[in-house]
Amino acid sequence: MAVSARRVATRRISNVIFVAFCCLFTVLALTALAAILYSLIVQGLGGMNLDVFTKDTPAAGTAGGLRNAIVGSILMASLGMVIALAVGIMAGTWLAEYAGESQFGNVVRFLNDVLLSAPSILVGLFVYYILVKPFGSFSGIAGGVALALLAAPVITRTTEDVLKLQPIAMRESGVALGSPVWHVIREILWRGSASGILTGALLAFARVSGETAPLLFTALGNQFMDWKHLGRAMTEPMASLPVVIFQDALTPYPDLNRLAWAGALLIAASVLAVTLIARAFAKESSRS
Amino acid sequence: MSNALNAPPRRTTPRGFHIEPIFEMLCFAAATALLAALGGVLVSLVIGGWPALSKFGFGFITGVTWDPNPDHEVYGAAGPIIGTLITSAVALAMALPIAGGVAFFLVELCPPILRRPIGTAVELLAGIPSIVYGMWGLFVFAPLFAKNIEMPLMAAAPVGSVWETLFSGIPNGSGILAASIILAIMILPFMAATLRELLNTVPAQVRESAYGLGATTAEVVMSVTLPYVRRGAIGAVMLGLGRALGETMAVTFIIGNSHGFPKGLFDSGSTIASTIANEFNEASGLQSAALIALGLVLFVITFIVLALARLLLRNPAKV
Repeated sequence: MAVSARRVATRRISNVIFVAFCCLFTVLALTALAAILYSLIVQGLGGMNLDVFTKDTPAAGTAGGLRNAIVGSILMASLGMVIALAVGIMAGTWLAEYAGESQFGNVVRFLNDVLLSAPSILVGLFVYYILVKPFGSFSGIAGGVALALLAAPVITRTTEDVLKLQPIAMRESGVALGSPVWHVIREILWRGSASGILTGALLAFARVSGETAPLLFTALGNQFMDWKHLGRAMTEPMASLPVVIFQDALTPYPDLNRLAWAGALLIAASVLAVTLIARAFAKESSRS
Repeated sequence: MSNALNAPPRRTTPRGFHIEPIFEMLCFAAATALLAALGGVLVSLVIGGWPALSKFGFGFITGVTWDPNPDHEVYGAAGPIIGTLITSAVALAMALPIAGGVAFFLVELCPPILRRPIGTAVELLAGIPSIVYGMWGLFVFAPLFAKNIEMPLMAAAPVGSVWETLFSGIPNGSGILAASIILAIMILPFMAATLRELLNTVPAQVRESAYGLGATTAEVVMSVTLPYVRRGAIGAVMLGLGRALGETMAVTFIIGNSHGFPKGLFDSGSTIASTIANEFNEASGLQSAALIALGLVLFVITFIVLALARLLLRNPAKV
């Protein structure tokens, strides 16, 4: 009896320690993250004004804003996401539905995981070699392709994972009704996992929209933008919010630093907003 | 009449039957494209970095001198390589227990009213771009760190002890340890959110039966739910490590960017990614090749980490 009572006591104590550390770590983590959000909001709002949206990036000492960088970021992220969604959903579907445990399937699966964690700066170097060096100019298109390469593996992985969560019976009943497999995939599996795929797409978007390193060597940056011909502007060097933030934050000029904080707040806020909207949307679709 | 009844039912070809092979081909092509992209990254790094690798050979990895002066160009990458490994390892060691604690707290301990807000907050923070963490590190964290951590520790370290070596450097707030802490904060929400998501996939019956047998919270987590999601958990940790290894922006702001071999935790250093980000656009010739060769080293390190993770995942029983 005595032994068992002692055992109960040890178990209880170790549990108390475990629980205490979990609580402590949570408080610690939330404090650090709250501190970051606090300075982001205070400093970001301090640098925010109408000029940020209506003027282009300035040289030090002159008034200016982030208009060309904002538009550049939107253009390149859109191009990247369109490519990545097309490639990622198809590739994920192939891995989940057609590849099975085949050798090639496993190789693709493994290398997709590598690409998923591959440092974004290396992807930037690669795109520099295939789209910047041969054409002799940094371009918005190269930036978009670099972002697509970063987003596609995320979408592929999520698509495969959520498709595999669908019960086999769904596929079997679809096929038993006489549908071709691709029809089953499109009408039953994709529809059933839409919210999961959406989550993956958003994760990818969140990752891509703040990426700086790959844009340094692909889109570079541009003080100006050809507003009349946005298509042509994509073939020229293009400013993006993260790169402008990076450059402005490292200058010793307080006005450029303020602009960098405003840009950082802008990126963080838009990523958060998109995520919140999508979460609401995902909840809606899973309820119906 | 009877003929029509007795005849076997006519089988119609399902609508869209012919599209099947096309669809499968498209999917296959997309998967192959991903493969080609990764192959392309590797090939371009090898080709681009070859001039530097062939000139310096093994000395590229072991050398500690990084001198782009055109008169006597020498590129030895030991500093950035070690900087990358140390910052990532320290960041992971700090972030992993905290991320685990947050995930366990949210799944097992948190009062239901707080569960959703905290969980959502952690997930949302995982999406904040790394450059924001870098900026915060540079403008807010570094001054505080220099004043409240570096100075007292350097002053307190006994002369001649191992601590003095460890805490040597310039107390300006940027350096190896500061970069590791920023990295840890950056990968923390991501790892916590993934772990929490994994723990939530454990079926309620499994957890309830463990509690029903009289297990404590610690025992349920450590012996039941965590082993249940072990595969995914290792994957989550590896992804966190991968992000830390290749992270550019959060580190470039605060590591100090000096190429030498870091001598202490407060010494400024560099990582592979920060070196490339700082120098590539201004580099040409041999320096540019050396930077790409550095990228190849980073690629190999990341690849080894992920391959190890895969091996661990494939034989979970042997772990």
